[in-house]
Amino acid sequence: MSNLKIKVISRNPEDYLRSTKRDIHKIPRNYDPSLHPLEGPREYVRALNAVKLERVFAKPFLGSLDGHSDGVSSLGKHPSRLSVLASGAFDGEIRIWDLTSRKCTRNFIAHEGWVRAICYTPNGQQFMSVGDDKTIKTWKAEIQDPDDEDPVNTLLSMSVVSGISHHRAKPIFATCGEHCQLWENTRSEPIKVFQWGVDSLHHVAFNQVETNLLAACASDRSVILYDFRESGPLRKVVMELRSNALSWNPMEAYIFTVANEDYNLYTFDIRKLRQPVNVHVDHTSAVIDVDYAPTGREFVAGSYDKTVRIFESLKGHSRDVYHTKRMQRLTCVKWTLDNKYILTGSDEMNIRMWKARASEKLGVLKPRERTALNYSEALKEKFSGHPQIKRIARHRHVPKHILNAQKELRTIKEKNKRKEGNKRSHSKPGSVPFVPERKKHVVKEDE
Amino acid sequence: MENQPSRNKTKRYFDTAPEKDEKTQNKNENVKVYTVKSTAKLLKIQKYKEQNLNRRKKAFINNNKIKKNFPNKAPIDPKKLELHSRGEGFTGQGVLHPLHLLKLKKREKKFKYAQEQAARADILLTEGQGYLEVDEDNRTTSINQKVIADNVDITAATKIFELNLDFGPYNAKYSRNGRHLLLGGKKGHLAAFDWVTKKLHFEINVMESIHDMSWLHVETMVAAAQKEWLYIYDNTGTEIHCVKKLDKILKMEFLPYHFLLATVNEYGFMSWLDISIGEIVGHYNNNMGRTSVMTQNPYNATVCLGNPKGVVSMWSPSSKKPLAKILCHKTPLTAVAVDNRGMYMATSGVDRSLKIWDIRNLDGPLQHYKLRSAPVHLEFSQKEMLAVALGNNVEVYSDCCITTTEKPYLRHRMAKEISNFKFCPFEDVLGIGTTGGFTSIIVPGSGEPNFDALESNPFQNKKQRKEAEVKALLEKIPAELITLNPFEVMEVDVPSMQDRMEARNSLLYLKPRNIDFTPKHKKKGKTNIARKKIIKDAARKKFINQSIEAKKILKQPEEDKNSKPKQSFGVLDRFVSKPKVKK
Repeated sequence: MSNLKIKVISRNPEDYLRSTKRDIHKIPRNYDPSLHPLEGPREYVRALNAVKLERVFAKPFLGSLDGHSDGVSSLGKHPSRLSVLASGAFDGEIRIWDLTSRKCTRNFIAHEGWVRAICYTPNGQQFMSVGDDKTIKTWKAEIQDPDDEDPVNTLLSMSVVSGISHHRAKPIFATCGEHCQLWENTRSEPIKVFQWGVDSLHHVAFNQVETNLLAACASDRSVILYDFRESGPLRKVVMELRSNALSWNPMEAYIFTVANEDYNLYTFDIRKLRQPVNVHVDHTSAVIDVDYAPTGREFVAGSYDKTVRIFESLKGHSRDVYHTKRMQRLTCVKWTLDNKYILTGSDEMNIRMWKARASEKLGVLKPRERTALNYSEALKEKFSGHPQIKRIARHRHVPKHILNAQKELRTIKEKNKRKEGNKRSHSKPGSVPFVPERKKHVVKEDE
Repeated sequence: MENQPSRNKTKRYFDTAPEKDEKTQNKNENVKVYTVKSTAKLLKIQKYKEQNLNRRKKAFINNNKIKKNFPNKAPIDPKKLELHSRGEGFTGQGVLHPLHLLKLKKREKKFKYAQEQAARADILLTEGQGYLEVDEDNRTTSINQKVIADNVDITAATKIFELNLDFGPYNAKYSRNGRHLLLGGKKGHLAAFDWVTKKLHFEINVMESIHDMSWLHVETMVAAAQKEWLYIYDNTGTEIHCVKKLDKILKMEFLPYHFLLATVNEYGFMSWLDISIGEIVGHYNNNMGRTSVMTQNPYNATVCLGNPKGVVSMWSPSSKKPLAKILCHKTPLTAVAVDNRGMYMATSGVDRSLKIWDIRNLDGPLQHYKLRSAPVHLEFSQKEMLAVALGNNVEVYSDCCITTTEKPYLRHRMAKEISNFKFCPFEDVLGIGTTGGFTSIIVPGSGEPNFDALESNPFQNKKQRKEAEVKALLEKIPAELITLNPFEVMEVDVPSMQDRMEARNSLLYLKPRNIDFTPKHKKKGKTNIARKKIIKDAARKKFINQSIEAKKILKQPEEDKNSKPKQSFGVLDRFVSKPKVKK
């Protein structure tokens, strides 16, 4: 037996055990699939656990900013500072908040009657507010001495002003009321007035990418587009019911979303206003306000049904719904510029802070934590089509009044569908055409 | 206002006045400039051209100027790549929408990348597989344990040992990480110990016959099938459970990922006990008669049962009937074994034959061997060596599944009758339970040299064990997921969806059957037309009633959900408000 060669597995424990107690454990890995049997079912169970944990950790409410003595009418985001928020109330008071400490840093009576809208200037040093007293006031964002408390500039408008929006870069801002007016900071008269019809406008918004464009919602159920280089309005689209608010997509310059009185939101492409790109349903009452996330992928909508809903901009149904027992009708919503939080103002004098992703963990993640979360995220996506997992991921508890309203709306929809079907089957073929949902809600487009 | 030329402003596509272009034109006059309206397609072509140019440049540099040893990533052994493959990839056919095609292709790329990475990670494995090589005029079978013990290091040589015990015949089972050994004597001797350090956990005599025993998910719990019931002991030998639901058990197998203890008893009943909640999840009569030939398929956690008629049946707790049945031998079966990857099954009958089957394609045996005597027991090792017990001989075959082997790889003769044996996971060791005790021998190359510590770790300490137990419990696979194809849960459920729709449609939109009008017996007094009408009406009524009932059945589950179980208040029941009846 001269050429006998034997090798037997013989492990030195030192290679597999940690040398000291303070060391980490040695974890040798072997990715051979035969050592990891039942890959499919195990991944499925992990995905199921991950999706359950997601629902367990879904606690989006962070806190409320308490202080206003009347309902909150408007909110204004600071363009460069995440912790600053301005809010106006129905009693004419404006409060400036520090969001990190959740405290009010400054408050003053700005207008007689409502504060209709607030907006910061692009450099963030001033903010403007419009009120029911037909004034447009400019304030200093930060006060060094007591004189700064007074408005820097007060413009008197001839007519009621109900909305304000500032240009992205130039010292120009637009207000709306009876007409859409363009102002320059230094002048006391509007530099341009756009008129189309006689009805009043209640919301105006500058496009932040294609900065020459602006759009306004009118109470004659129309949404009007303007180019401020032109002398007149560009186009308008008339809906079945009036739109309450409008928000431009910050990533796609030609897309905007309107919050409508008919419980839906409509996303339009300005190149083709005849038909909305998407109809976002799910609210059970009029949608009051809408704001896009800075990524342009999602937007938040606040409604008269006391809920906030988050929509993905390409999908027709909401991704999430936020509500609390004490939150009343929503008046304004904002998505913060770090894409992490949502701020909502409501009728009952509170401003609420929510997480934008309900189950997200706040704060710094350790690398292992992050990889674990990424892994579970990937698993959730992989098994998202499974009935069990889909059911858990989709389920949201909503208050009874919402549930009942949803049921009612569903029955109404079914009824209409059935009725139309009956009509169709009993009339001449082709005389009752199929009208897609997207075309139903737009009356006409004017140029 | 509108025409104010702002110099710092970024240029937009709609701003006319191409000043910049002119400038560039002036600068390089010898270069031809084409004004082409750029479209997405053109840009893409341009991009490709540039990429190709760069690649060519790089290749040129690589070939001529700098000669590197490894210009690119090191090549991967195709065999290793194949090992980590998750099946044939997506070819791109049959997808209608280009966007989905793009998405699927991207995903496929990721899969390929993962496969490559896994294959590349093989370089990090520290241990090498064992082997036994002799020169050409000798045979490996001539190497006995003494020679092996002389030629290996001392620690490995201690793995050859023998225990002489009095309560035989003995059964032996290793724990899942291969560190602990459980011995059960027919006459009631039960012992568990760490066989590497030879540290005894406990040793008791249960004063009853022990038919089979098994480790549970951790080494602190063992189950023993005794004369009447199933008992569970902890690592000090204290009885912690007596499971009277399971009686007269002959054989059992523990399914570690499902936390199920699969058992078969004297009366031919199969039971699966969920040991994490203590409930029986499946209890069926197998209608195959008394059998003690049982093994689990680790690939899909089904249980293979061999019966006296030569049929092997595969069982899952979710179905009353076997998932598959195959007639392997025409004589009673003596042993069944399934390899770790779930590819091959070895069966042996009393006709002294040994057959190897491809489990996933039960067409015919891959190999058919005739042995000297009927095997008592069969067992696959982690590296697909097959051990066969022939009376008091153990023969180990390597490569007997795909190729036909003439001779065994190793042979070990003992003075005692063999009752069972097990290959030790992650070691080159075969532990043999005999009538007179336990023998441990070395079979070089039988075990997997590199363990995965997150799966089963021979060196784990108490804390790691506890953590692993919690993790394993969190990932407990439900018993319903035991199927022949374990990847079924990841596949698209196309046929069942179709079936559901068809079933629903067939209930709702049933076409009335054609009615045969020709009567069997002519009845006087009624015209043909009237009779036709009567028959037709009756059939129609029947059909309408049927469809109404079908609709009721379809609607039922929704209504059932709404009705909650009522709470009884006794006499006060009449004050409870009644639910409104919907019309």
